[in-house]
Amino acid sequence: MAQGIFLDLVSRSPRETQHLGSYLGELAQAGDIFLLRGGLGTGKTCLVQGMAQGLGSAEPARSPSFVLVHCYEGRLPLYHIDLYRLECVEEVVELGLEDYFYGKGVCVVEWAERALSIFPPEHMLISLAYLSPRRRSLRMEPKGKRYEEMLEQVRYQIAAGRG
Amino acid sequence: MNILGIESSCDETSAAVVADGTRILSNIVASQVEIHARYGGIVPEVASRQHLIAFVTTIQETLSQAQISWSELAAIAVTVGPGLVGSLLVGVNLAKAIALARHLPLIGINHLEGHIYAHWLEGNNPPAFPALCLIASGGHTELVVMRGHGQYQPLGRTRDDAAGEAFDKVARLLGLGYPGGPVIETAARTVTTVPITLPRAWLKGSDDFSFSGLKTAVLRLIQKAEPKAAILAASFQEAVVDVLVTKTVAAAKKHRVKEILLAGGVATNETLRRHMASHSPIPVRCPSPALCTDNAAMIAACGYFHLKAGQIAGWDLDVAPNLMLR
Repeated sequence: MAQGIFLDLVSRSPRETQHLGSYLGELAQAGDIFLLRGGLGTGKTCLVQGMAQGLGSAEPARSPSFVLVHCYEGRLPLYHIDLYRLECVEEVVELGLEDYFYGKGVCVVEWAERALSIFPPEHMLISLAYLSPRRRSLRMEPKGKRYEEMLEQVRYQIAAGRG
Repeated sequence: MNILGIESSCDETSAAVVADGTRILSNIVASQVEIHARYGGIVPEVASRQHLIAFVTTIQETLSQAQISWSELAAIAVTVGPGLVGSLLVGVNLAKAIALARHLPLIGINHLEGHIYAHWLEGNNPPAFPALCLIASGGHTELVVMRGHGQYQPLGRTRDDAAGEAFDKVARLLGLGYPGGPVIETAARTVTTVPITLPRAWLKGSDDFSFSGLKTAVLRLIQKAEPKAAILAASFQEAVVDVLVTKTVAAAKKHRVKEILLAGGVATNETLRRHMASHSPIPVRCPSPALCTDNAAMIAACGYFHLKAGQIAGWDLDVAPNLMLR
């Protein structure tokens, strides 16, 4: 069953979370969308920092809570979107994020749970949770063929000892 | 020479008239804090709509308070970034329209540089170069050496959350309200017992900052349902101030600057101002609180020095939401 596919990972440090992000950044293609959900301090920004590195951005990723969208220039532009400050779906709709979703870059959205229904149906959903002071769980759920393939590549890399 | 400043990078709609980059003739700030307090932060669409509503009155009031007419203005300076794109657009397009209609030169200003120029509005004794600027606000935490007007050497910045953002997020976690800085400072004042020592990210060998781990540490303590909000607020504030002061003073010594200039909304924090002054062998300047938070007078002051340097924008002037100080 397609919707049942997922991969559970445990990160043992911020460094490991960044490492996984960096690998996702390397795999990313134009138009890819990553939706992150998980509370404060579960490693979302940390994962995005890795993605920016993996995409070859010279500028380190920082929390965009204040301005809502940061853009990092690398192999592809990475649009780092943060919905922390928003309360309801209507507010997110008014932001007009479509320009980013259907653009030439890669999108990663923090606090995606604020508006899960408005995102394009095909995406990689990553749920982060706190396990212990250093450990975090990450569940990757691909929605659509492109992301199922990406997940296979992640599995392969992990089996090969990376990530 | 009178400059009209326009600022709308975030939730303050502000217009000001400043003479010769140093004398405030008027500085009107229409704040949306009450509107945003309901949400625990800035809501971008609400912000740009409010700017649109507030600007016309704000500008009229600014000119009438300054007791000058349109013909007595030499230029218009407007914030182009960093900030919320929708909010910036309102200010920039308004500035363009006025400049076009009144045949005035248009000057685009970096909001972060504007914050530093609050220091030129504080009397007749301007800062001496080189100076080390700590710009700490809801969106930024930057350490920059200023070697002259328009000459910046960035040293470090936050790697994750801005200092003011950490205050906002922790205030929300503690149920204290918004904006985070003042509510945490007020709660912390009620504490007489020694606060808990929270972790500090020193990032040794770098002038960067990190406040994300501190926010997470507060969250874990709340989840354990341990201390009272006021105690956590005091401990959190102490940790942020300790890191900001220690790293700023170290950088100031290393770069042999003549002065330390605090800027940005976080610079209104009394504990920060006091600790910075008492821990630094180098003179520390803090603008008055009303000039630390977002305002158009600082934009107009900065605009004056750009105008003197011949830095005038074309009609293609655009917003730059992710602008940095270089």
